Amino acid sequence: MEIIELKNIYKTYHIGEIDIPVLKGISMQIKAGELVALMGSSGSGKSTLMNIVGCLDRPTSGEYRLEGQDVGKISSDERAFIRNKKMGFVFQSFNLLPRASAVENVAMPLTYTTDSISDSMARKRAIEMLNRVGLQDRLDHEPSQLSGGQQQRVAIARALINRPPVLFADEPTGNLDSNTSTEVLEMFRQLNRQDKITIVLVTHDMAVAKYADRIIHINDGVIVNELPGQNEAGFSTPVDSMQVDEDV
Amino acid sequence: MKTHRTIKIALQALLRNPMRAMLTTLGIVIGVGAVIAMMEIGNGSSAAIKKSVASMGANTILVRPGTASSGGISFGSGSAMTLTSEDCDAIIRECPSVLTAAPVVRARTQVVYGNRNWVPSSIYGTTPEFLKVRDWTNLSEGEVFSNRDVLNANKVCVLGQTLVRELFEGKSPIGKEIRIKNVSFRVIGVLSVKGANMMGMDQDDTIIAPWTTIKYRVTGSTLDNINQSGSVTASSVNTLSRLYSGDPPNLYPEQSSVQAANNPMPIRFANIDQIMMAAVSTAQIPAVISQITQVLRERHHIRNGEPDDFNIRNMSEMIDTLSSTTKMMTNLLLSVALISLIVGGVGIMNIMLVSVTERTREIGLRMAVGARARDILRQFLVESIVLCLVGGGLGIVLGHGGSKLVNFFLKWPVENSPGAIAAAILVSAGVGIVFGYYPAWRASRLDPIEALRYE
Repeated sequence: MEIIELKNIYKTYHIGEIDIPVLKGISMQIKAGELVALMGSSGSGKSTLMNIVGCLDRPTSGEYRLEGQDVGKISSDERAFIRNKKMGFVFQSFNLLPRASAVENVAMPLTYTTDSISDSMARKRAIEMLNRVGLQDRLDHEPSQLSGGQQQRVAIARALINRPPVLFADEPTGNLDSNTSTEVLEMFRQLNRQDKITIVLVTHDMAVAKYADRIIHINDGVIVNELPGQNEAGFSTPVDSMQVDEDV
Repeated sequence: MKTHRTIKIALQALLRNPMRAMLTTLGIVIGVGAVIAMMEIGNGSSAAIKKSVASMGANTILVRPGTASSGGISFGSGSAMTLTSEDCDAIIRECPSVLTAAPVVRARTQVVYGNRNWVPSSIYGTTPEFLKVRDWTNLSEGEVFSNRDVLNANKVCVLGQTLVRELFEGKSPIGKEIRIKNVSFRVIGVLSVKGANMMGMDQDDTIIAPWTTIKYRVTGSTLDNINQSGSVTASSVNTLSRLYSGDPPNLYPEQSSVQAANNPMPIRFANIDQIMMAAVSTAQIPAVISQITQVLRERHHIRNGEPDDFNIRNMSEMIDTLSSTTKMMTNLLLSVALISLIVGGVGIMNIMLVSVTERTREIGLRMAVGARARDILRQFLVESIVLCLVGGGLGIVLGHGGSKLVNFFLKWPVENSPGAIAAAILVSAGVGIVFGYYPAWRASRLDPIEALRYE
């Protein structure tokens, strides 16, 4: 079943009198439970695409269906609701609240749920999420007391607090060293396999993209090609051949 | 989004930079503190004035006769001889809003006891009701004269404390005889201490006696004694008028001294100098005024459209004048304090704008995880309101403490003002809303994508 369906998405920015087309007719489907990587060099439009898929932005034209619901033209309040309930975001720079404990950071999205729950319930759920990312002994640490990998794991816990079906990760390993990157990416893979969470990874790094089931290459606002990743395939495709493909 | 959680988030955000929050709110603290201190000090002095007026009998109303005039010459207020003790009786009888009333005849003359003498500032000829009007019924010694004494013009009197001190050197004067203008009076009572009135006049420098006695035995019965202006006519001063007399010719032959001795006919003018009365309550004073105006106009046969031949004065006018003066001072200080509140508000707005810029990424993040524009607006608005309310609370404590210090060191009267405290809370919340709205609105209008990318 398709969880994300894009049909002929265009996005054009207007700067003064000049129109800058960024996305030029993108169509794609992402199935529920898939781990997809959006790849492309900087300026290729992959971030814009993620913003649209992540309901942070609206397409200029085209159709976007999320779980069958047309979300391309809904109001900003409705988009906020969808972001809260159906999506989780993990950013390159973690974006944790400084001087707030890990638990507080994780519980933060619950503040904006319409069916607000009690403080103690929120804390309980936040602790549960932190257990899941392996930070049960860092509950009351502030971001400045955590390492980069730990901070990103707090961010992942925050993204998962509302049990969303889709998780967006925008360059999740961009600020991490290779060891912690692997740690974080393994966590994504585990979440995808065990909890059947649909994950969209945005990256320019082939090493990251190879964790996906499917790699979607974007260049200059169009999808160039789609390749299978190594998530299910068992690390068979050599990285070098991928990079050759990317240049095509 | 629950309100208490919004407030919690706001507090957390403020506590992230406590020094800045404190300095930001300082303007509000000073503004509110100034308002509270001003209000408490202003209320205190206004209450002190009201109290001193009240001790004079705040509900007292005075009726004085109007002006007499002769040949186009007006003799001024109190010179008409139209007010009588029957008027006073009629007022007691017919005006429901009047608690009680007393006629007053005034004299100023020497009082002698033994080898000591004194001129009291006021000698009141009146009825026993007078003490009720003046709220002075508790005597320190003896008793008040009765209505029978008034009817019989008995030579009895009640002394004020100053006279006891001056004439009797503090010894009990009860039963002693004093002479007022060579008329001997028996002292039957001593008034309690009243102290000086608002104008600094010693109210204890008083003798009270039946008005009939003062009127007919002390001040005499001639026009000259009652009507001061009558005694200083042109004929007695201006020598020219002896040549060109302005006096009308006598229509009837004057009595010779022998005739006068054979037929003693003292001219008894029954007029009194003023009527003093007490209203049932301060609120009833306007009703009292209209009632006595009606009664007196009827009794004096004044036609519609003709002016009154009496004046009515009340103390509440005096209270109003005095308290409006203090009120004006309070308002003046209040406006200064309000200006400082506005300055404080601008400070809040400034820092909130800085805070919004600083926390752009946080705003972007909150939007990304599902905060709607109005959630962000509310969060920043609540933050600024919390800041202002905390400032307001500190200001109330500061202002209250300040006025207490003023009271302690300068002995100025102060009075707690719950109204001002409530107003201060409302105003500081209002300042928070007014000056917090623009920054909060700016925050809520941020684009989440731009905000997340903001460096």
